[in-house]
Amino acid sequence: MTGSIFNIPFLAVAALVGIALYIIMSQRNLIKLVMGITILESAVNLFLVTLGYRGGGVAPIFTNAPEGIMVLPVPQALTLTSIVIGVAVTALMLSMIVLTYRHTGDIDAEKSRQMKG
Amino acid sequence: MDALVIHSPILIIAIPLLAAFLTPLISKASNRARDVLVIAALAFTEFLVIVLAKDIYLTGIHVYTLGASSPIVTIPEQYMVPVRIILEVDAMSIFAGIMSATVCLAGAIYSLSCVREETGKDRFYTLLLLLTVGQLGMEFTGDMFNLFVFLEILSISGAALAAFRTRFADAVEGGFKYMVISSVGALLVLFATGIFYAQYNLLNIAALAQAMQYTMLDKIALTLLVIAFLMKSGGVPLHWWVPDTYTPAPAGVSPMIYSATLACMYALYRICFTLYGVALNAATIGWIVIIAGVLSMFVGVTMALHQSDVKRLMAYHVISQGGYMLLGVGVGLAVLDNPEALATYGREAISGGLFHVINHAFFKGLLLLTGEALFYRLGTRDLNKMGGMARNMKFTCVFFLIGALAISGVPPLNGFASKLMIYEAAYQLNPILTIVAMIVSIITLASFTKVFQSAYTGPALSQYKDVKEVPMSMLIGMGILAGATIFFSLFPSLVVNTIIYPAADALIDQAAYINAVMGGV
Amino acid sequence: MSKIVRTIANLLIFPILTFGLYIIMHGHLTPGGGFQGGAVFASGVALLVVAFGSYNIQKRLKEHHLSILESSGALMFIGLAFGGMAIVFFYNFLVGSPIFGRIPPSGPNPGDMWTGGVIPLMNVAVGLKVIAGLSVIVLVMALACSKVKIEE
Repeated sequence: MTGSIFNIPFLAVAALVGIALYIIMSQRNLIKLVMGITILESAVNLFLVTLGYRGGGVAPIFTNAPEGIMVLPVPQALTLTSIVIGVAVTALMLSMIVLTYRHTGDIDAEKSRQMKG
Repeated sequence: MDALVIHSPILIIAIPLLAAFLTPLISKASNRARDVLVIAALAFTEFLVIVLAKDIYLTGIHVYTLGASSPIVTIPEQYMVPVRIILEVDAMSIFAGIMSATVCLAGAIYSLSCVREETGKDRFYTLLLLLTVGQLGMEFTGDMFNLFVFLEILSISGAALAAFRTRFADAVEGGFKYMVISSVGALLVLFATGIFYAQYNLLNIAALAQAMQYTMLDKIALTLLVIAFLMKSGGVPLHWWVPDTYTPAPAGVSPMIYSATLACMYALYRICFTLYGVALNAATIGWIVIIAGVLSMFVGVTMALHQSDVKRLMAYHVISQGGYMLLGVGVGLAVLDNPEALATYGREAISGGLFHVINHAFFKGLLLLTGEALFYRLGTRDLNKMGGMARNMKFTCVFFLIGALAISGVPPLNGFASKLMIYEAAYQLNPILTIVAMIVSIITLASFTKVFQSAYTGPALSQYKDVKEVPMSMLIGMGILAGATIFFSLFPSLVVNTIIYPAADALIDQAAYINAVMGGV
Repeated sequence: MSKIVRTIANLLIFPILTFGLYIIMHGHLTPGGGFQGGAVFASGVALLVVAFGSYNIQKRLKEHHLSILESSGALMFIGLAFGGMAIVFFYNFLVGSPIFGRIPPSGPNPGDMWTGGVIPLMNVAVGLKVIAGLSVIVLVMALACSKVKIEE
C-alpha cells in the first residue's frame, strides 16, 4: 500500500463489501437482508466509478467542457445500468416480503420458513 | 435465406423480446391471440436456431456486431480493439442454444392449459418470454458486461415466475431465496468485470483472452467468477436454494428455470476454457470443479432418498446430476495443459459432460412436468397419500417410466450413453471418481423405484377413482421432451458426432474463438 | 396529509414534471437520459401519492393505462432498433436525415439538440417506460401496504 490519498475510495469499497456480506449472512429480519444487498450493490457501483478516475480529470461531457483530461466514461455507463437493475431487484424483493408478511404475519427468516429438510 | 442466416444471432434474441412486449397490448384485445403469438414466437426462434446450427457446422464461427456498418466488422478502421457489443456463436454456444430453445418451447406449450385458472396471465407470458431471452442472450454473447445484464434478466424473471402462485406461502419464499442468491452472484460477476476493465480497458471476451496475463488481480477475478457461477448452478456447498425454488414453481416453468441453471453452467465453462484457457493453473481449478461435482452428486442423492414430496425429490436429483456434469468437464479442465492426456481421455470427458447436459435437460424436464401433472390432478404432492395412478393416468405413467429409466443410467436410454463416457474418462484420471459415480447411479435408481411404487403402482385408492388424464396441451409438452429423449437414445453416435464433439472441440480451441473477433490483429 | 403539504405539492408538481422531461429530452448533450429523467418524473408521482393518499391517486391514475404506456415505450425502443435492420440491428439510420440528423463537431462544443440520430428518440422511449414502470411500482406498493392496515 503506497498510502496515497487516492486509495481511500478503494478501502471504502472493501469495507462496504465486508459489511454487506456480514449483514446478508447473519441477519434474520428479511428487510435488513434486503438492506444488506443494497449496500453490496452500492459498493460495487462505487468501485466501478472509482476505477475510471484519472488524476485532475473533468466530467466526460463535451457540451461546454472545460480544459483538461477527462475521466473514463465507460464505467459510468456500466454503473448506470447496474443502478437500474438494482432498483428492479429491490422492488421485487420488497414485494415478496409484503406477500410473506400477509401469509405468515412475521418477517423473521426463521419463524416464517415453510419448507424444511 | 442467406440474409436470415447472417442476421439470425440477433433475431434469436430480439424476436422473443419483441413478443414479450407485445403480449400485454394484445392480451387486452383477446386471450386466444396472445397464446398464438407466444407459441409462434417460440416456434420461430427454434426454427432459426436449427438453421443457424446447420450453418455453423458447415462454415465455422459466426460473429454479429451490433450497430456497425456491416455485421462482421468487429474492429473498425484505425482501431486496434473491438469497440461494439459483439455476439459470437460457435459450436458450444449453439449446442446450449438448441437445448434452451427446445425446453422453453415445450414448457410454454405445457403452461397453456396449466395457468388457465390464474389471474394476471399476460404478465406470466411476458416473464416466460423474458426468461427465454435471458438464456439465449447469455449463451450467444461475446462480451462480459452483456453476460452480466442477461444474467440479471434471467434471475429477475425466474424469481418472479417461481413466486407466481402467490396464494401459496412456500412459492413466495422459494422465489425470494432465488432472488437473493442470484443478486449476490450477479454482483460478484460485475465486480470481476470491473477488475478486468481496470486492468486491460477491454470488455470483449475474445480480446480479453488475447490480452490476459495471469496477474494477482486476475486470480481474484477468477475466484469471484467461479464462486458466482457455481452458486447459480447449484453446486455444493451453495445448493440450499435449489429444492425451495423448484418445488412450488408453476408447471411448465420448472424445466425453464432448470435450463436457466444450465445456461449458468455454460457460462462457467466459457470462463474457464475460453477466457482463461491455458493461462490458468489447470490442475488446481480442474480439481476444485471435480471435488464440487463429487460432493454435489453424493449430497444430492442422499438427501433425495428420504423426501416425501415428489417435486422436492426431483429437485434434489437436479443437484446430483449437476454433479455429473461438473465431474465430466472438470476432468477435461484438469488435463488442459497436458496435450496427450487431453487427446486420449480429456476430450471424451468433456464430451460426456456436455452430452449429459443436454440429455438431462430433456429427461429432467420431462420428470418435473410429470410431477406437476400429478399435482394438477390430485391436488397434493405428498407421496404417502398417492397410489395406483397407473390405471387413471396411463400416458403420464409411460412418460415417467421413460424419464426414470433414463436418469438412472439404464441401457438403452441416453442416460446410460452419457454416463458411460464419463465413467470411462474419469477412470483414467482417478479410479475413485468412477466408483463414487457408479454408487450414486445405483442410489438414483433406488429413489426412483420408490417414487414409481408409491405414486403409480399399488391398489387403487377410493378418493382418486374418477381422476382423469391431464389436458392435451400438457401431453403435447411432455411428448416433445419424451420424443427428444427417445431420439437421442436411438441414435446416440449420430448426436454425439454432429452436436457434441464439435462443441467439445470449440471449448478446447481457444485460438479460433479469438481469431473470429480479432481477425489477425 | 395536512393542508400545508397538499398546497406545496400542488405548487411543486409541475416544475418537477417539467424538469424530468427536460432531463429526458437533453440526454445526449448533458448528464441524464431516459432512466434519470423517468426517475425524476416518478418521484413527482410519489410526492402526490404521499400528499394525497394512494386511494385518491388511484382513482385518477389507473394501472391499466400505465401498463399500455409502458408497453408502447418498450415497443418504440425495439421498433427503432429493428428500423436499421436493412444493414445491421441497432444501426443509426437517422444520421444525415432531417430528423435529429445533424453531425456534431468533435471535441468540446456548445451542444446542438438536433444531433444524435436515433439516440434522442430511444431516450424518449426509455423515459416513457421508466415513468410508467416506476409509477406503477410506487402506486401498487402504497395500495398493498394500506390494505394491510385496513384488513387488521
